[in-house]
Amino acid sequence: MQALYAQLLVGLINGSFYALLSLGLAVIFGMLNIINFAHGALYMMGAFVAYFLLNNDYLSIGYWPALIIAPIVVGIFGMILERTMLQWLTGLDHLYGLLLTFGLALIIQGVFQNYFGSSGLPYAIPDQLKGGMNLGFMFLPVYRGWVVVFSLVVCLATWFLIEKTQLGAYLRAATENPTLVRAFGINVPRMITLTYGLGVGLAALAGVLSAPINQVRPLMGADLIIVVFAVVVIGGMGSIMGSIITGFALGVIEGLTKYFYPEASNTVVFVLMVLVLLVKPTGLTGRAA
Amino acid sequence: MTALTDDTLPVTARAMRDEMIVFVFMALALAAVPFTGIYPFFVMQALCFALLACAFNLLIGYGGLLSFGHAMFLGTAGYCSAHALKVWALPPELGILAGVAAAVVLSIVTGYISIRRQGIYFSMITLALSQLLYFIYLQAPFTHGEDGIQGIPQGHLFGIVDLSKSTVLYYVVLVGFLAGFLLIYRIINSPFGEVLKSIRENEQRAISLGYRTDQYKLLAFILSGTLAGFAGSLKVFVAQNASLTDVHWSMSGEVVLMTLVGGLGTIFGPVVGAFVIIAMQQYLASYGQWVTVIQGAIFVICVLTFRRGVVGEIAHYLRRSL
Repeated sequence: MQALYAQLLVGLINGSFYALLSLGLAVIFGMLNIINFAHGALYMMGAFVAYFLLNNDYLSIGYWPALIIAPIVVGIFGMILERTMLQWLTGLDHLYGLLLTFGLALIIQGVFQNYFGSSGLPYAIPDQLKGGMNLGFMFLPVYRGWVVVFSLVVCLATWFLIEKTQLGAYLRAATENPTLVRAFGINVPRMITLTYGLGVGLAALAGVLSAPINQVRPLMGADLIIVVFAVVVIGGMGSIMGSIITGFALGVIEGLTKYFYPEASNTVVFVLMVLVLLVKPTGLTGRAA
Repeated sequence: MTALTDDTLPVTARAMRDEMIVFVFMALALAAVPFTGIYPFFVMQALCFALLACAFNLLIGYGGLLSFGHAMFLGTAGYCSAHALKVWALPPELGILAGVAAAVVLSIVTGYISIRRQGIYFSMITLALSQLLYFIYLQAPFTHGEDGIQGIPQGHLFGIVDLSKSTVLYYVVLVGFLAGFLLIYRIINSPFGEVLKSIRENEQRAISLGYRTDQYKLLAFILSGTLAGFAGSLKVFVAQNASLTDVHWSMSGEVVLMTLVGGLGTIFGPVVGAFVIIAMQQYLASYGQWVTVIQGAIFVICVLTFRRGVVGEIAHYLRRSL
């Protein structure tokens, strides 16, 4: 039973990364109509910024400030990308957005591979979150519990921001009809840039969270992003809440598979995707495309 | 939404004539390769990728479907051919047939699943399916995991043509490439190809005209997957191995890059693109990971400034269809 709980916990942690990443993809897709292929690379950048902040002799900034600084740094980087490149794709077939961001992902990952090699770099768990708790039925490492709770809070906060606030209302309106929203005197291009920054920031935050669990590697996002795409196809990206729930649920299912039938743990998400597509092509929460 | 490609020029007798002239020049130039100092292995490899890119282009350039998982056909056919040749000791022609048959089955299954969604969802589904296969091949015993299938015998085609001689193999690969290329050319200039183009331009309109667009898209997917598989089977004879690199999703990305550089939806574009990219990898190999960076930069530059690709720009400048 211990092993089952442990795998469930791993599943929940992976699920929080899936949720944070697919949430960012959903936000970006909503406003820019672009599937951000560079999302995995930006997630990796988040982890590397945290690593760099800690290991630079002059900075040696630890985990807690990195949790805020890294998403901001990567978010600003994302906004620069949006202003200099993605912006020019407005009105083109959205396949070009996929191709451009794919190219960006190759560049970012290639540069990091050149400087850091392909092997993993360690990032220590912050002192306050070291150790574990005995829950009676299982032993819970504190940091892992923290990741699950914190990402759940961030996901719900993002959901609240978009679904329940004035800013979110503008954002949703601009997604539906940018010209009209512009006529109301709202700076839509700036909003698009900020939205991209927000989505990218969420990816970078996931990167910082994952740094102490998974090693910091240039390709840490490359394989993850394909699983996240499968998550997006299963969930359908129709709603913000949909991506959050699908993300966590698929993480848990993956964890359960690892316990009951480990050979299939790499493929279960893709198999689920096939099954969902056969039954409901629009995805679980999706609208018709 | 603008169209993916820029072929507003109608299919005319002049266009067909232009294309045939270029084709003859291409065939003659390729046939002359063994008489020049060019390394034939490099050209053979490029020809396999050119066929793969042409097959991919059939789907995106004429059907508007961006498959991001075309490596799965290359890899699957490669593994099946390699297994048939090495373990079952089949002759080359049956080995190729085994690989192509596997690609047909795979493309029917994956096509049926993936054409249920459109646009970027279609791309993501093909990518996910090819990653699913990657993990299966990583674990399946017959692929030998990370090692791949090595030392594949080349054998005698039809019992007479000795494929272990490099010049002979070169011409066999060239004939295979030209046959595949002509088949694709025939497909896009058939009534089927015209319907495909109309689906690319406006699927709703094609539906309202009474076409069952899903069936057309599925058939295009199967044809494309089959030809990509044929490229994979040919590649087994050139490289004499089948490995995980051929199924990895970065290979699918390279195919997209080749087609984009050459020109999406142009007939000769994928061939030019494949040669450019393979030559680049050959000559920049010593720069290690910078090759990835350069490839990424080419992607970005093509999408931002150069969407027609090399052949597309030339064709546009000459106001010809190529």
